Amino acid sequence: MRVITIFIAILSGFAVLGGYFLGGFFPVLKDIQAQILNAAITLMGVAALTGIFNLISVHTEKIRQGKKGGVYSALLIISLVLTFLLGIILRPEHIAMIAVMNSVIIPVEGALMGILTISLLYAAIRLLRRRVDVLSLSFLITTIIVLFTLSLPFGDPPLLGDIARWWSQIFALGGIRGILIGVALGSLTTGLRVLFGADRPYGGR
Amino acid sequence: MTVIELSILAGSAFLLGIIALWKRKSPAQLRHLPALACLSHLLGLSVEDGTRLHVSLGNGSLLNPHGASALAGLAMLRHITERTSVSDKPPLASTGDPLFGILAQDTLQAGYQAVAANELYSHTTGRITGLSPFGYAAGAMNISQDEDVSGTILIGHFGSEAALLADSSERANIAMIGASDNLVGQAVLFANSQDVLIGEDLFSAGAYLGAGVSHLASLTLQDILRWLIILVLLGGAAAKFIGII
Repeated sequence: MRVITIFIAILSGFAVLGGYFLGGFFPVLKDIQAQILNAAITLMGVAALTGIFNLISVHTEKIRQGKKGGVYSALLIISLVLTFLLGIILRPEHIAMIAVMNSVIIPVEGALMGILTISLLYAAIRLLRRRVDVLSLSFLITTIIVLFTLSLPFGDPPLLGDIARWWSQIFALGGIRGILIGVALGSLTTGLRVLFGADRPYGGR
Repeated sequence: MTVIELSILAGSAFLLGIIALWKRKSPAQLRHLPALACLSHLLGLSVEDGTRLHVSLGNGSLLNPHGASALAGLAMLRHITERTSVSDKPPLASTGDPLFGILAQDTLQAGYQAVAANELYSHTTGRITGLSPFGYAAGAMNISQDEDVSGTILIGHFGSEAALLADSSERANIAMIGASDNLVGQAVLFANSQDVLIGEDLFSAGAYLGAGVSHLASLTLQDILRWLIILVLLGGAAAKFIGII
């Protein structure tokens, strides 16, 4: 069974790559790639359903065991089942479903954004207490300089504005590109490991 | 362009194979990364304390490039599961992507099977806590506070919502290690956590935790490719300077 899953995974990976690189020469590879990607999207939908069942099972267990926050778990399950049933019966375009979206989900996410602002401010204050080194100091000083010189309502101050712009466009941009190149290389090697079956996050042991 | 991409891919694959064969014979020399040293400490602590570790894989999808960071997280999860399987409390994994949720469950189960403790595996240890970034963070925040967790490891695709997870760990007095492939996420984690993995360090966790020769070979390949890119950039700048291009 394990060999079959590895074989299917590697074959699918090569088929998708084949469609990407050689699809122009062999149109059949492009078709195979499209079929595999469509199947992956369908599987993702099914996986979302299993994810919902997983969520229900985790919170049901929490209620059953009388763990802390069981009331919230009950609320979550009731809301989830209600929204799910309403969505199936009324369809997602129905005014009631749009109202649920606009009056519950968007305000809650907005509130979380608000909390995030406070969390970030608090983190900036804590940073110097937690880690006093060159990296932290330069992180904080750069942030302050860039924030306070490039976001002023009356325009950039003459010299400081130029320094801040130069700093953010030369040093910061260079750093960003360096980090992104590193991440891209890491992604490439991780992808290759999975493609050749050296890393197998599927199929059990 | 496709020819260049194909050449890079084929060349990298070939080099990875060669380096993996070479690494079997030569011992690895890795630089010190405080975050990964802290992780080894956390692993030992969780087993001794009878507490659990929470591995948060972020909300990267398998169908986009952000999936690579979560795949690196899965490799780490596998290792953590094997190392902490003897603990009273198994590690928990949370993700914001359904496919990674299934893979996390599979990885956790594989970890238990590898140490012949399959009966200890519970499918509720791999969780999908929400499908949007903030929904995911809101769900994962509770894990740190309610599940007897002694360490949170964020490894995957995180944006600014990582601050909420870091804040909840801080409130519960839980050690946290953070790594994200997203620039915003990295900045947020740098400000919020004691130990953070910047840039490609995220992908080196497997090599440091002894996940296998292929992880060590990946690191060497990354170094080779990085030097090649540096040479190409410098060569391009020099060519531009003297007016060749």
